Amino acid sequence: MTAYSIVLGRERHGFQDLKSVMACASPLKSGDVLAGIAASSNERRVAARYVLADLPLKTFLNELLIPYEADEVSRLIVDRHNLAAFAPVSHMTVGEFRDWLLSYEATTERLAALAPGLTPEMVAAVSKIMRNHDLITVAGKCSVVTAFRSTIGLPGRLSSRLQPNHPTDDPEGVAGSTLDGLLYGVGDAVIGINPATDNLDACIRLMALFERLRERFEIPTQSCVLTHVTTSIKAVEAGAPLDLVFQSIAGTQAANAGFGVDLAVLREGQEAALSTKRGTVGNNVMYLETGQGSALSADAHHGVDEQTIEARAYAVAREFKPLLVNTVVGFIGPEYLYDAKQIIRAGLEDHLCGKLLGVPMGVDVCYTNHAEADQDDMDNLMVLLTVAGVNFLIAVPGADDVMLNYQSLSYHDIVGLRHQFSRPPAPEFEAWLERMGMLDRKGRLAPAASTGVFSRNLLGYKASA
Amino acid sequence: MTKAIELDPFARFRDVTRARIGLGRSGDAIPTRAILDFQLAHARARDAVHGQVDFTALADELAPVPSIRVRSRAKDRTVYLARPDLGRQVDGADLPPPGERHDIAFIIADGLSAAAVERHAVALFKACLKRLGGFSVAPVILGEQARVAFGDEAAAALGAEIAIVLIGERPGLSVPDSLGAYITFRPQAGRRDSERNCISNIHADGLSYETAADKIVWIVREALRLQLTGVDLKENAQGATEALSYSKS
Repeated sequence: MTAYSIVLGRERHGFQDLKSVMACASPLKSGDVLAGIAASSNERRVAARYVLADLPLKTFLNELLIPYEADEVSRLIVDRHNLAAFAPVSHMTVGEFRDWLLSYEATTERLAALAPGLTPEMVAAVSKIMRNHDLITVAGKCSVVTAFRSTIGLPGRLSSRLQPNHPTDDPEGVAGSTLDGLLYGVGDAVIGINPATDNLDACIRLMALFERLRERFEIPTQSCVLTHVTTSIKAVEAGAPLDLVFQSIAGTQAANAGFGVDLAVLREGQEAALSTKRGTVGNNVMYLETGQGSALSADAHHGVDEQTIEARAYAVAREFKPLLVNTVVGFIGPEYLYDAKQIIRAGLEDHLCGKLLGVPMGVDVCYTNHAEADQDDMDNLMVLLTVAGVNFLIAVPGADDVMLNYQSLSYHDIVGLRHQFSRPPAPEFEAWLERMGMLDRKGRLAPAASTGVFSRNLLGYKASA
Repeated sequence: MTKAIELDPFARFRDVTRARIGLGRSGDAIPTRAILDFQLAHARARDAVHGQVDFTALADELAPVPSIRVRSRAKDRTVYLARPDLGRQVDGADLPPPGERHDIAFIIADGLSAAAVERHAVALFKACLKRLGGFSVAPVILGEQARVAFGDEAAAALGAEIAIVLIGERPGLSVPDSLGAYITFRPQAGRRDSERNCISNIHADGLSYETAADKIVWIVREALRLQLTGVDLKENAQGATEALSYSKS
C-alpha cells in the first residue's frame, strides 16, 4: 500500500508513509543510507520533494512520525504546540511555507512569533526543499537572544565558545589553552571544557579553576564543565561554582535514554542551576549539544531520517530555555555524514531548524580524521554560518582538539570572522575587552593586543596558585 | 639595530599540553609554519586511516605463532567507512572449520589506523602472550577492514572463551598510530559494547606495551573469575579499564 505517490514522466513513485516521504526527500546522507531509508535514486529523491511540497503543514499535526504513546519527545511536541501562533501559516503547504519564509513578509518579528507554532517535523520538512542559500537567508532573519552574564544572539554579533580541552585535565594545561583563547577575545558564549572523566570531584576542580580565573579578571562570561546532567546536579548540591548545566540530547526518548537522560532529569538539572542564581543579565542556564546521527547510532531512530530526528532534539532543547545549543555537526563520523558536502549541508540545516524553533543555535564546525573533509571545508562552513547569523561558534587552539581527537575551528578563525564581517562579541564581553585595553581604535582585536599589560597579566596567571 | 630577543610567553605551558597554543598571528590568520605543521599532522592521520596493513609481513612477524587472514564483509576502505555494520561481520568463507576450543583468541584488526597496527600490534601481542602461560591461545586472526565487533564472530568460530581485539584507533592530529585493545568474555555476534572492556591509547607516547599487557591480562583473569566483561567488571586500583567509547558529552 502506498499512502503517497506521484507520477513523473512514465514513472510512478510511491511512498508507504509520511516518514518514508521525509527520508526520501532528505538530501543524501550516509546515515540514512546506513539505516536503509534513503531514496534509492536521485529521481526518487526529487519525487519525494514534489510530494512533500504539496503536503499541508497541518499533516504533521495529524500524522505523527513517532507515535505519541511510544515517545515522550512526541508527547512534548504535541502538548506544547501553540495553535494560535501557528495560525498565520496553518493553511499553507510545505512548498508554500518555503516561499513564505523567503518572502519579505517573513520578518524577524513574525518568525519569532511563529516559533511556538512550529513543530520540528514542519521545519525539517521545509528545510528538505530548501537550497543551502535558502537555509542561510531564512536563518539570517531569525533572532534568538539569551543571556546569563553575557547576552548572546543579538543581531550583528558573533559569540564563541572557548574549548580548552586537555587529555588529563591538567590544570596548567587547561589554563594555557584558556588564556590563549582569551587573548583572541574568544569565550564570550562560554568557556566550556569536555572533562576527561565524569568524576564529580574532578569536575568540581575544573569549575573552581574557571571560577577563580573569571573572578580574578572580572570576565563577563560563564563557564561550563560538560559532564552528565546528574553529575552537575550533584555539583550544585555540593555547593560548587556551577554556571551552566550541560547535556547531550537527541530527538527521541530512546536516544535520550542512551545518553542516560529523560525530560524529567533535564528539568531537575535546570532547576538545580536556577537555584544558584548566578546569572547577572539573564537566567538561561542550560547548555545542550546535539548532532545528526546520534539516534541512529543508538538504534533509536524509529525509521525516521537523521535530520528530522535532529530537529526533534531542538524541541527538547527549547523546553529548557537554554543559553546555548549547538550541533557538533562533523563529530559523529562518516557513517552518518560522509564528507564535507554532507557536513556543510547538515550544519546549515541544523542552524536553520534550531532558529525557526526558537532555539539559540550555535555550531561546532568540525570533522574527524576518517571523514572526507579538511580545514578548507571548515573555512567554508564557518563563513556560511557567520553570514547566516549563527549565535556562536566553537574554537580550540590551532583547530586541534588534543583530547577528543577531532578538528574544530581555531581561535584565529573567530577573530578573522569578527573583523571580516563586522561581528563583535557579546556587548558585555566587548566592553570588557575594551576595558582591558585589548581593542584598537577601530574596535579590532589586533595582533598587538597580545603584547599589552593585560596580556602579560593574563599569561602570568597560575591555575594552581 | 639589535633584534629584540623574542621569548615565548607560552613556554611554561608547553610541557603540560600538546595543544597548539601561542601560535602567533599573520593578521588574523595562523602563521605559515603552523599551517604547514597542521597539514602535515592531518596528512599523517589521513594516511593512517586510508593505509593498508601489510598482513603478510604481520604474519611473518608473528611466526611461529600461526595466524589466519579473515576479511570482513566491507570490501574496501570506502565501504568500510560508510558501513560499520559490514565491518563488524566476518566473511564466512575465510573462517577455518570448527576445531578444538581455546581460552583466548587474539584478533589483530586494521580498524582506523594501519600505522597503529603495523607498529604496535605484534609487540603488544607478544607482551600479552608472555603473561598468559597456562592458557590455550588460538591462532591469531588477522582481520581486514574489521571493526571491534568483528572479533566476536571470529573468536566464536575458533571456540574461544575470551576475545582480545587489538585494533587501530581513530587517529588524532597528535597521534596517528594509537592502538586499542578490547576484551570480550564469551564473544558471539550481537554482543553490546557495554559488554566489553577497553584499554586504549597504546603508542610510543601513551601506554607502553608492558603496562598495556599487564592491564589486559588482569582483565582476562578477572573476566574468567567473574564470568563477564563490560561495565560490571570495574577498574582496579590502578585504573585498569576505561570507559569504552567517548562521546562528546
